[in-house]
Amino acid sequence: MNRIKTLAAAAAAMLLLAGCASPALRGSGDLGVVIERANGSVQVVDNSHLTPLSRVQGLGDLSHASLVYSRDARYVYVFGRDGGISKVDILAGKLVARVLQAGNSIGGAISSDGRIVAAQNYSPGGVKLFDAETLAPLADIPALDDNGQPSKVVGLADLPGNRFAFSLFEAGEIWLLDAANPRAPVVTKYRNVGRQPYDGLASGDGRYYIAGLYGEDGLALLDNWHPDAGVRRILPGYGQGQDKQPVYKMPHLRGWSLAGDYAFLPAIGHNTVLVADSRSWQEAARVPVYGQPVFVMAEPSGRRVWVNFAFPHNDTVQVIDVPTMQVIKTLKPGRAILHMEFTARGDAVWLSSRDDDKLVVIDTQSFATVAELPAANPSGIFFSWRAGRMGM
Amino acid sequence: MKPPPASPSRLTLKCLLLLACSALFLYEAAHADPLLTVPQPARAAELRHLLRQDCGACHGLTLQGGLGSPLTARALADKPADSLVATLLDGRPGSAMPPWRPFISEDEARWLIRQLQQGEAP
Repeated sequence: MNRIKTLAAAAAAMLLLAGCASPALRGSGDLGVVIERANGSVQVVDNSHLTPLSRVQGLGDLSHASLVYSRDARYVYVFGRDGGISKVDILAGKLVARVLQAGNSIGGAISSDGRIVAAQNYSPGGVKLFDAETLAPLADIPALDDNGQPSKVVGLADLPGNRFAFSLFEAGEIWLLDAANPRAPVVTKYRNVGRQPYDGLASGDGRYYIAGLYGEDGLALLDNWHPDAGVRRILPGYGQGQDKQPVYKMPHLRGWSLAGDYAFLPAIGHNTVLVADSRSWQEAARVPVYGQPVFVMAEPSGRRVWVNFAFPHNDTVQVIDVPTMQVIKTLKPGRAILHMEFTARGDAVWLSSRDDDKLVVIDTQSFATVAELPAANPSGIFFSWRAGRMGM
Repeated sequence: MKPPPASPSRLTLKCLLLLACSALFLYEAAHADPLLTVPQPARAAELRHLLRQDCGACHGLTLQGGLGSPLTARALADKPADSLVATLLDGRPGSAMPPWRPFISEDEARWLIRQLQQGEAP
């Protein structure tokens, strides 16, 4: 009798322990993180079951936040406007480390070996490198031009071989950072790349780095297979003969702009998506759209390109059919659509509607809304497939 | 507020008086008595939203600055309100600051700038 009691107690204890110790095992391949910009929080979501999993708070000012994934896709590094880097365990739903590394930051990147986190800062302008494990500082690269004038850093992207590229807004320069030795990185500077680069992207293979220019019509292209050839201008003078309209929101560039044979790029100050042939870098088409593009994102298949727009046209999303280079769908999914993110293979796209406090999940084949999820002032949506992609 | 056309001296005097009064009224409205130019609550909420979200896109949700300069009370303390209003309405050539005149009136711009300078922005 006693023995049975003891056994029962042991069994109960084991059950209790199992229950407490950890939740059921799960993968992170279908998870995502959504920035909730008003609250300084992020939501972890499951894009297979279209459900929120957890909310992590205390991440500071997330008014212009972005994040990158650790290569095991378990952690995200969230870069906040206040200069904070927050390391969040998305499986546990916990903030595990946080450093305040600058006064004003805009984003970051992670090295090809996954060991270095780089933050791009507005103030003081520059790039700082951190140990991805501990967030301990490794190096500080101030963005000072030849006259010692500071610049805001934009368009930081990772490249193969633990290198990074970024652009200097005021100075009009592109810098290549070789962080093979992360405590003593080596900088290569490209000067006079064009006026006021506002963002930059690296292609998914890490070969090309492209900076968009605010201060002139055109983009600056660096071919990393031929870094000695320097930076050249592409699509120069795309706005010629048309009045440039005021820009109420800067576009964003990332590797999603390149798909198949083309690069799809926002025309600053114009209601136009520019299409360049990604071998010759000559203009291939211009697609008139509803407003000034902010994100121009190719579906993972490259077959269609989704575009959202700057204020006051940010209630609309359009879809471009690539073979015909025509807009084939106009959607009004919610107020203030700030961001879009495809699932890894593009069966669905998630949109954030800031002013309707919701996420909208749309089937990319039928354009039907599959689900809406509540979120507080959502902006960026970042799915875990980014963990294994360059330039993301 | 165009100046009155040329007219006999009495009329000019009257006009000037009227002009002075209305200028005083406008000045009062803009600077002294906040009640006179405070937008209706619904519009004020819209303007606060615009300031926080759309100005915030460049200047930061907390107005600490970003691609755009900081808009905190401290940062704007020694800048003349008129030039700030002009920048808000007509933008700043050479910078990324666009004109907001299509979306807000002059009174609303004055109200927003006062909110910012007094540190009462949301």
